[in-house]
Amino acid sequence: MKVQIDSGRCQGHGRCYDLVPELFGDDEEGYGQVLHDVVPPGREPDARRAAENCPERAIELIEEA
Amino acid sequence: MAADDRFSASYGDLRDDIPLGTRNEIVTGPVSDWATDFSHMEPEWAADPYRIQDDLRQRCPIARTDRFGGGWLPTRYEDVAAIAYDTELFSSRSIIMSNFRPPREIAPVGVAPPISSDPPFHHDARRLLLPAFTKTAISKQEPGTRALCHSLIDEFGGREVVDAAEEYAQHIPMRVIADMLGFPQEDGPRFRVFVENTLEGINLPPEERIARMTALSDYLLAQVHDHLDNPRDDLTSYLIDAELYGRKLEPGHVVGAMTLLLIAGIDTTWSAIGASLWHLARGPADRERLAAEPALLPTATEEFLRAYAPVTMARLVRQDMHWRGVDMKAEDWILLSFPAANRDPVQFDRAGEVIIDREVNRHAAFGLGIHRCLGSHLARMELRVALRVWLERIPEFTLADPDSVTWSTGQIRGPRTLPLRIR
Repeated sequence: MKVQIDSGRCQGHGRCYDLVPELFGDDEEGYGQVLHDVVPPGREPDARRAAENCPERAIELIEEA
Repeated sequence: MAADDRFSASYGDLRDDIPLGTRNEIVTGPVSDWATDFSHMEPEWAADPYRIQDDLRQRCPIARTDRFGGGWLPTRYEDVAAIAYDTELFSSRSIIMSNFRPPREIAPVGVAPPISSDPPFHHDARRLLLPAFTKTAISKQEPGTRALCHSLIDEFGGREVVDAAEEYAQHIPMRVIADMLGFPQEDGPRFRVFVENTLEGINLPPEERIARMTALSDYLLAQVHDHLDNPRDDLTSYLIDAELYGRKLEPGHVVGAMTLLLIAGIDTTWSAIGASLWHLARGPADRERLAAEPALLPTATEEFLRAYAPVTMARLVRQDMHWRGVDMKAEDWILLSFPAANRDPVQFDRAGEVIIDREVNRHAAFGLGIHRCLGSHLARMELRVALRVWLERIPEFTLADPDSVTWSTGQIRGPRTLPLRIR
């Protein structure tokens, strides 16, 4: 699974890096940053939880075929 | 270095070149029909806005009022979100729905940038403040906040009943923002008056409202002068020195941003802490569970923010238009109720219930879009620390007298009197 943040939608609520600091961090203005483009094996549920809690729906998950 | 003479004029003079805004007749008293005559300033709304909003969402999802010179109240999540995202059709020139509309000429800056600003200026004004309010920057305030919460509880002494709004919740954001702005801590009681004047005084006669707002500006100007004489490492000195487009900020921008940080930082979080304690005091189930399982605190605080979101914003319609079934006129208000959006059953499962372990919670308590609450990381830290310390120290508490709880009126909702029996 790949994960990315749509920087046009992210407003820096920080739900992703609050919930899953292993996968997400913030920049100097508080906008979300993806720490690993490819979600480490076993962390997919965490990535989903972050995406489901993003108020701006800025987190995109790409399931690999 | 030349003296900074931006702040030598009185505040009224700073704005001499700006035309007056428009005022309309003040209408108060019982609401005839919430679908056509709503008012967020009436006691019925303060006591329980959710019942009103739930009813409107069913029968009239974009309600109308002729009060405040005309306005609309959307109660569906999708409409609230669409308005928050559409800064072309809906301006933030004023974000307090009142009987006064500031002149159009103050856009895109507005009276309290960046909350009152529209693009493209908004983005630049916001970037000045974002670094001071990141989660990392805010974490520096956490030890002091925890110590403050403990000291407030120490002061309860051996009393059986305390007012958790008056003696606990209000002091936490007040003290923290005073520290961040570099204002004297003993001025806390004055901040409370400023907050009430700004947000709850909107139906006062114009002269009185102007006098009260001038008192706030005069106070802030005095703080600016104190910081000009004694610069220090705080947000006031930062704003005085900050530059935008290659020059220092306009004096109105400095004082406006200070107004925003002081007013928006206080009663919002005070309300969130108070409403959360009120919820926990009402029944034993959530209180006992949270005291026993502090690991649930992060999801519980998000749920309290959803169910008791303290902040409602406002917008002004930019032009006459037909919007989602209603005919909006230029200069109509939008009462942008994030609390109503947060209880829309289309968006949230079991929307009317408080579920402290709710896993998926895409609530809009801090707004949506470019005006996402600048202080959201600060508010979350204060709320989490305030609840954790309270539950550690006072795991058992109940409402001392449910009928004596009072709630603020207007756009920020939270308990203002909250007597709790703590032993």
